[in-house]
Amino acid sequence: MSVRAAFDAARAEGRAALVGYLPAGYPDRDGGIEALTTMVRAGVDVIEVGLPYTDPVMDGPTIQAAAQAALEGGVRTADVLRTVEAVAATGTPTVVMTYWNPVERYGVERFADDLASAGGAGLITPDLTPDFAPEWIEAADQRGLDKIFLVAPSSTDERVAYTTAASRGFVYATAVMGVTGARATTSDLAGPLVARTRAAVEQQGTGLPVGVGLGVSTGDQAAEVASYADGVIVGSAFVRTLLDHADDRRAGLAALAALTEDLAAGVRRG
Amino acid sequence: MTLHAERAETGQSGARPLYQADEQGWFGGFGGRFMPEALIAALDELTVAWHDAMADPAFTAEFEQVLREYAGLPSPLFHATRLSERVGCRVLLKREDLNHTGAHKIRNVLGQALLTKRMGKKRVIAETGAGQHGVASATAAAYFGLDCTVYMGAVDTRRQALNVARMRLLGAEVVPVESGSATLKDAINEAMRDWVASVDHTAYLFGTAAGPHPFPSMVGAFTRGIGDEARAQCLEQYGVLPDAVAACVGGGSNAIGLFTAFLDDPDVAIWGFEAGGEGVETPRHAATISAGATGVLHGARTYVLQDDDGQTVESHSISAGLDYPGVGPQHAHLAATGRATYVPVTDDEAMQALALLSRVEGIIPAIETAHAVAGAIRVAEELAATKGPDATVLISLSGRGDKDMGTVMEYFGLGDQPQEGDA
Repeated sequence: MSVRAAFDAARAEGRAALVGYLPAGYPDRDGGIEALTTMVRAGVDVIEVGLPYTDPVMDGPTIQAAAQAALEGGVRTADVLRTVEAVAATGTPTVVMTYWNPVERYGVERFADDLASAGGAGLITPDLTPDFAPEWIEAADQRGLDKIFLVAPSSTDERVAYTTAASRGFVYATAVMGVTGARATTSDLAGPLVARTRAAVEQQGTGLPVGVGLGVSTGDQAAEVASYADGVIVGSAFVRTLLDHADDRRAGLAALAALTEDLAAGVRRG
Repeated sequence: MTLHAERAETGQSGARPLYQADEQGWFGGFGGRFMPEALIAALDELTVAWHDAMADPAFTAEFEQVLREYAGLPSPLFHATRLSERVGCRVLLKREDLNHTGAHKIRNVLGQALLTKRMGKKRVIAETGAGQHGVASATAAAYFGLDCTVYMGAVDTRRQALNVARMRLLGAEVVPVESGSATLKDAINEAMRDWVASVDHTAYLFGTAAGPHPFPSMVGAFTRGIGDEARAQCLEQYGVLPDAVAACVGGGSNAIGLFTAFLDDPDVAIWGFEAGGEGVETPRHAATISAGATGVLHGARTYVLQDDDGQTVESHSISAGLDYPGVGPQHAHLAATGRATYVPVTDDEAMQALALLSRVEGIIPAIETAHAVAGAIRVAEELAATKGPDATVLISLSGRGDKDMGTVMEYFGLGDQPQEGDA
């Protein structure tokens, strides 16, 4: 299934999609796959596999810690692609979220080929905007891969329109000004950003879904975001759950499943 | 000369000077702006504000005034006669070590802080490695009455405790960064994380001519006085242009500051000296252009020390100020076009040059700067052999060595043996 199909299926059920993130290779390669497939079984609609990177400027301490542990454990780009292959085999659409340099180093064409072969649906690129992505856009278009770019509260209307026009699969609205991480309260910047993004999408007539990431960690927060967004993106809360159970994997997976179920119920209440 | 061929081939088309960036920040295939969308509006705003300021005579006049009255500029161009005798031709030193706070860095921070004030922002953040840019930023913040937070790798705060104390005395908050390798690149990461959450009221005083557009061009514009002054001083004092100019290159702010004035002088050879650490054949160096590969780091496409997966590799240099696994994109472009030549200088070569300059001229350079001195001595000896004693080599003496005395004492075994527990 494509990312768009997963959003459309959720929309047909009158709810938002739940998008879940974990970095590949944490706690190790197989453990990461097990964690992601646990999230799939417990109700995540779209999976984001993070490619751990040495200089993650958009990530808060939680994701930094897991990514650093994965790198210290020796995770390689090839392991990320193997993780994608294993997760995509469940039938749940799977995208890679990555800073740009590892893709550039791997080779944009080669990465696109190998991602497509692994069954991956596309890429989320937090430090690559469409104006600096001609190579990736061409490679993605040739292979039908999703190009998920980000919009932010600071984006001008012009840039929101430009970014939604360049995106495929969904557009990722980062609804707080700040790094990734769970937050106790949802942002008052989210509503206006989603409204501006939707207006751009409507004008373009693409029906592109809008996913929102702003540090959601509970079902209630997910419900609130689901009331105005097409997708609720959760990352740090999943990662935190694994970090908190670093010495007991079985308990970690159980907690991960429980969190997923809570969030999945949340997007159905929204 | 290959550089002449390159210039003829590339042509001087359009209004944009050949070696400067285009509107998107591209220097040829290097530079650009590989950044989170959340910061694009701020970078656009900064670009517009900077262009606007540079076109405003009131801004440039105030910048010149603070450089003159506060920072002590222009710095002298000094004929190092005893060093000249040793190498066989004329060696000139652009004395940036005499500037307020002891290095060229004050030029950049005063420019950026003045711009911050003009933009109505009340807070500045900065990253620092050895602490020189942090001290300069804290100084400028004190002078302009701005709040200042400096991010510094935890490894570096321990190595450079004196500079931490200086920054705190100047009123800055110093935040030790524990993430990643806990050095300069991680301090930059943390400063960017601060900025994405504070960008509406905070300016990021970037410390070198690297990072996303407009920083490489803007830092180059604020530091280009080094070369503009030196070129005019050389012509005035000696009636000639130098045959070669030389600077050390970490991120590359003093180097681009020196080089810019000479880019369109085809007979002036341009040399950048990178930190060769324990040798570029070992993993322990910071010679990004000599031994790195093209990649994207901290917002720009440039040369990067990285592994096969594009993960940044930790650099090493005895000089904390050159200990960075990237380099400014304009240097990458100058290297690729052949207009400038970049060569590594090892830790040992730099330390020998530091000792030599101290003894023959009574000038203790920063260890960063000593890399330029070591490399320039080689260039000067070659020029003396081919052109004779009339050849002229001009070195950016980018900073003074007071901050490095701990390293120097340890390296040369100077002074009394330190007591147990001394830093």
